[in-house]
Amino acid sequence: MPARLKLFLPLILFIVLALFLVRGLSLDPKELPSALIDKPFPEFSLPALGRADTLDKATVGGEVALFNVWATWCVSCRVEHPYLTELAKQGVAIYGINYKDDDAAALGWLTELGDPYIASIADREGTLGLDLGVYGAPETYLVDASGLVRYRHVGVVNERVWTTILRPIYNQLKSGEVN
Amino acid sequence: MLRQLPLLLLVLLALPALAVIETYQFSDPTLEKRYRSLSEELRCPKCQNQNIADSNAPISQDLRKLLYEQLEVGASDDEIRQYMVARYGEFVRYRPSFSGVTVMLWMAPVVLLLLGLVIAVMTMRGRQQTPDGRDVLSEKEQLQLKAMIDKAESDK
Repeated sequence: MPARLKLFLPLILFIVLALFLVRGLSLDPKELPSALIDKPFPEFSLPALGRADTLDKATVGGEVALFNVWATWCVSCRVEHPYLTELAKQGVAIYGINYKDDDAAALGWLTELGDPYIASIADREGTLGLDLGVYGAPETYLVDASGLVRYRHVGVVNERVWTTILRPIYNQLKSGEVN
Repeated sequence: MLRQLPLLLLVLLALPALAVIETYQFSDPTLEKRYRSLSEELRCPKCQNQNIADSNAPISQDLRKLLYEQLEVGASDDEIRQYMVARYGEFVRYRPSFSGVTVMLWMAPVVLLLLGLVIAVMTMRGRQQTPDGRDVLSEKEQLQLKAMIDKAESDK
């Protein structure tokens, strides 16, 4: 009997391998979990885009909010911009992190396309981006009222991303805030 | 032919361009050595299968600059690795630390090697256990064979 079992060994190996490979097909290797999940949003002190004041953790946040990393050189940011404007209209708090950009160009973009942000942090050197672990724009961080990073989405935020991923967490954090 | 010679020489002289563009001046040659080894060990978060030494993605340039600055202020290799991991996760290390998650990664080669050795030893033993001169027929088999041949001969 064991000899007959041996005959099935290649088949069993094949099935195990196939299962791993099938699983691999549905994994996106580009989706990196942020190292900051459930950790505090990094400290910073940076100028506000187009304003004279300086922003830091005390002046920004304190509520459930999205922190959207954007730049005028980022093509996908232009794609997601209308949807962010839509979200802002619905009352979602969105802060911008203007990542490694030129202030004048960024302000021009906001006048042209509309400004969904409560405020935009001018991260000209990308220092805040570095502390956040940003590796490309657009990226969107969901931060809770106590300043903890709860989710990071890399890529465009559109209706599908918002309704399937971000909104459930956002609503959950919101309801926690009320209690 | 002679007219084409300069062109040929130029083609031979063309060296492959190196991916890394910027150069840093280190205050100490040992720092440069550490810079080399660390930049080869750290992975570019954007380009996935390149280390930051190979990649010219903007994020890799930033990380190289950061690496240079940290080395110059005297950070240790471990401090730099921790700094990077705190921001980009374990993903940035091509040589992951030994932990519960990576235990399989680290142990797999050893376990597979041992498994291979066990299989090899078992196979060799199994071979030795078969009696020598198995291709020689026993007396009974000889008789059977002879009977078969005789039968075949008589059937002709």
